[in-house]
Amino acid sequence: MTFGPFLLLALMEGLVSAATLALTAVGLSLVFGVMRVVNVAHGEFFMLGAVGAWFVTQFVPGPPWVGFAAALMLCPLLVAGIATLADRLVLRRLNYNPEATIVATIGLLYIFQQAALSFFGPDARPVPAPFTLRLQFPWFGYSGYKLFVVAAAALILAAVWWLMTRTRAGLIMRATQSDRATAQAFGIDVNRVYSSVFALGAGLAAVAAVLIVPISQAHYLMGGDPLLLAFIVVIIGGLGSLRGTLFAALMIGLSDGVISMFFSPTLAKILATLLVAMVLVFRPQGLFGDRQ
Amino acid sequence: MTPHPRKIWALHLAVIGVLLALHWVLPAYHHTNLARIMVMSVFAMGYNIAFGYTGLLSLGHALLFAAGMYGAGLGGQYLHLSALPTALLGTLAGAVMAALIGALALRTKGVSFMIVTLMFAQAGYLSILYFGAVTGGDEGLVVRPEARVLAGLDLAADTPRYLLAWALFGLAMVGNLALIRAPFGRVMVAMRENEDRSRMLGYDPYRTKLIVMVASGLYAGAAGAMFGLMFGYVGASFATIQYSILPMLWVLMGGAGVVLGPFIGTLLMFYLIDISSSYTTANLFVVGIALLVLVLFAPRGLLGLVRDRWLPWLP
Repeated sequence: MTFGPFLLLALMEGLVSAATLALTAVGLSLVFGVMRVVNVAHGEFFMLGAVGAWFVTQFVPGPPWVGFAAALMLCPLLVAGIATLADRLVLRRLNYNPEATIVATIGLLYIFQQAALSFFGPDARPVPAPFTLRLQFPWFGYSGYKLFVVAAAALILAAVWWLMTRTRAGLIMRATQSDRATAQAFGIDVNRVYSSVFALGAGLAAVAAVLIVPISQAHYLMGGDPLLLAFIVVIIGGLGSLRGTLFAALMIGLSDGVISMFFSPTLAKILATLLVAMVLVFRPQGLFGDRQ
Repeated sequence: MTPHPRKIWALHLAVIGVLLALHWVLPAYHHTNLARIMVMSVFAMGYNIAFGYTGLLSLGHALLFAAGMYGAGLGGQYLHLSALPTALLGTLAGAVMAALIGALALRTKGVSFMIVTLMFAQAGYLSILYFGAVTGGDEGLVVRPEARVLAGLDLAADTPRYLLAWALFGLAMVGNLALIRAPFGRVMVAMRENEDRSRMLGYDPYRTKLIVMVASGLYAGAAGAMFGLMFGYVGASFATIQYSILPMLWVLMGGAGVVLGPFIGTLLMFYLIDISSSYTTANLFVVGIALLVLVLFAPRGLLGLVRDRWLPWLP
């Protein structure tokens, strides 16, 4: 293959990772934006989604797409439920103090990891793709499922955008984000908003995981990379800014794909982590941040 | 001001004395454990100086520990240094690394500071993997036996190991106590309590915190170097985020801002995992639950509680 098609392949792979990264990062960004909570356990919600997808597809009979569709609906709900519980039992009692919640979510991270290790085991397990379709380009063949992932992620992101900007629930969330006390004074049940935002964020991570798991397998330690990358995206895009998060996910996903293919995945991650540190030090509002 | 200098020194010297006496008493298994705990509590003491006294919540201390460990390990491997220069090289590496990270990260505060330190540590860990040809990557390096010899004694043998760990621990604790009882120690606490007011009183927050970071790096580097030499192994796993979280956990458990806190926390956590692992293999559960319980019900840690209730003079 010559350079051109090789670059195209790298960009397409990058687009797939950008799509799931955007879903995960928007979840993290919502939680940080509205609740001011840095959720270190976010990667574990991703992992629980993928592990959940393995269990669901194992126990639902019929062709692969039935199990997959069931997983795509059940897993995010289940993970959102776990997140609500964590919010009620832990985060709310800490009054959402920023530093205490980081320590607490580190604790949750270990508990979720151990739970997955105990009930799911230490092995990576594959989940079958709902359909196998190979698209033939002039230079290489490409998995149709990967393009489905990109389309599905775009659809869900559009839905989130619609929810946040066009509905009453979104208005309430944005009101709480910009001024918690005033929102409360206007009769908004801030605790309920926080619970739902935390559940929504976790659910988005789980959706991303269910979409990607037929490509990458389920493993109890798989939460680390998405967490790190989502952090990177959220910070570069500007903490709490949805638009910036989307831009940054596209940028990081594509450049990760290209650098990983032409150089090494480890080098791509080193560069990205250093970039984040420098952005936070020299441009704390993020590269695309609106205000703050 | 703490008006009990005699009581304070007597208590801490007594702890150091008891640890020396235990050398002749403990059975082999606990003897090795305690050597490890003492070295790790030096790491935790360094974390306590930054977090407990100055309020710098770092998530990147694994990098400082690893800098010490690899400074010593690579010095022995490639420069063919003997034990004393490698240990000093490692300690210095920890301090230099802390100065580099601190100079940048201290321009941020609070949550941003945590994330910047976390990112630097992650970049450091990935670099160790990336330069695997030199560092041994995932598998790490076994420290050459010649590099472990100090004054004719093999540091990885039981007796020299324990005594060296004890000496380092004693030195670190006396240094820690002297630091926080000095005027500079008051400035550190002032930064934690109210940075703006301290600045108004004429203290430079950036300079103070940078000095604290370097001191913290000195402790972490020394602990890393000693751990590598005493157990004969240098590995990338010590640079993972887990080794940034552990010192935080130990300090929170023992009591942040208490000199004895890091040691008590390390000791308790070590034996909590040791004892629980004879009942269950779910070690991460124990760590997770401990973090949650501490942050929910005892944010001041064990000795913080003791200080509030019974011993208000505890430094």
